[in-house]
Amino acid sequence: MTPLDYEFLCKLLKERSGLDLSADKRYLVESRLLPLARRHDLPGISELVQKIRAGAEAITAEVVEAMTTNETFFFRDKLPFDHLGEEIIPALLQARAGRRALRIWCAAGSTGQEPYSIAMVLKEMGAALSGWRVEIVATDLNQAVLEKSKSGLYSQFEVQRGLPIQLLVKYFKQTGEMWQLDPAIRAMVQHRQLNLLHDFSHLGTFDVVFCRNVLIYFDQDTKISIFNRIAKMLEPDGYLALGAAETVVGLTDAFKPHATRRGIYRPNADRRAPSIVPSAMPALRLVAAR
Amino acid sequence: MKTCLVVDDSSVIRKVARRILEGLDFQIVEAEDGEKALEICKRSLPEAVLLDWNMPVMDGYEFLRNLRRMPGGDQPKVVFCTTENDVAHIARALHAGANEYIMKPFDKDIVMAKFHEVGLI
Repeated sequence: MTPLDYEFLCKLLKERSGLDLSADKRYLVESRLLPLARRHDLPGISELVQKIRAGAEAITAEVVEAMTTNETFFFRDKLPFDHLGEEIIPALLQARAGRRALRIWCAAGSTGQEPYSIAMVLKEMGAALSGWRVEIVATDLNQAVLEKSKSGLYSQFEVQRGLPIQLLVKYFKQTGEMWQLDPAIRAMVQHRQLNLLHDFSHLGTFDVVFCRNVLIYFDQDTKISIFNRIAKMLEPDGYLALGAAETVVGLTDAFKPHATRRGIYRPNADRRAPSIVPSAMPALRLVAAR
Repeated sequence: MKTCLVVDDSSVIRKVARRILEGLDFQIVEAEDGEKALEICKRSLPEAVLLDWNMPVMDGYEFLRNLRRMPGGDQPKVVFCTTENDVAHIARALHAGANEYIMKPFDKDIVMAKFHEVGLI
């Protein structure tokens, strides 16, 4: 891969997905795109880039998908799911007792481990949610990972990373060397393809948004834009969960950190009107023009 | 430093487990069957046991049942680590008092996840 190839791929990925690759991420591009090149009988990444430059849209989509597939596992970091079961859902059960409905959005649902972990937390609450309408919406840019998520089929390796053994026995059925998630848990999650760079207001409003370990790949202006647009979709008493290494601090005043629950943020009632930082707009326009 | 008793009749598996667990700051004691493991536990109970199922002399299931009947034997966290990768075996292990269950093959991430799950790290 030549420096020009790398520069071309960085620009392409930024425009298509918001992925912000620094100069030290060449290894990541090589490790993910070389297998893709081989699958297409191409000797290397330079030849892959030539195909994209020539307008091979299917290969371009595969490149974006290969680069935006992120590692995930059940109950990743554990703490956000403890917060969900111990405080967030109990508080919302009181606050929404009138309408008996909850909406939760997994903004980067990937292969399903996160939305299904949320679904299992809710299921474990048993009768408390009986008669409630619960929607878990899992979105991802990558159609291939959404299809895997929909299948609810996981390898032995995948079900051993973060999933307590009691929940494996309770909610999964062994089929050969794979494990199939209970249809009742799968039915709790809706899947939709979504690019976070695009307008997502059509998803409606949510009580809880999980947006974990995805914004780390975006530049600062894009993060600010996404945070401000999420703020508009979150109920005033809602909750935002971010990844362990992520924060809104210094990026937006639309949210404030939860006083005691690390990684949880609440809408900031004292903030001024949300605004999108002007420098974030060119990236949005580029995507919209496609 | 916490102690982990690694019980497996395969010296290769014991070596791999030792390397992973020492990296997680555990002091390792090894046994090649359930009977030897039980003798070690009678002298001193470890905080954790990584336990194979199929072994000569005394298998892991029998060891676990004996361990849980010992004074203080309810204290060690027991994580099975076995090729018995079916729901029936998992259910039997949990019923006998296992805290977690690793299906072989395993790697460091899985051991870390399971030990974290039961509060050992």
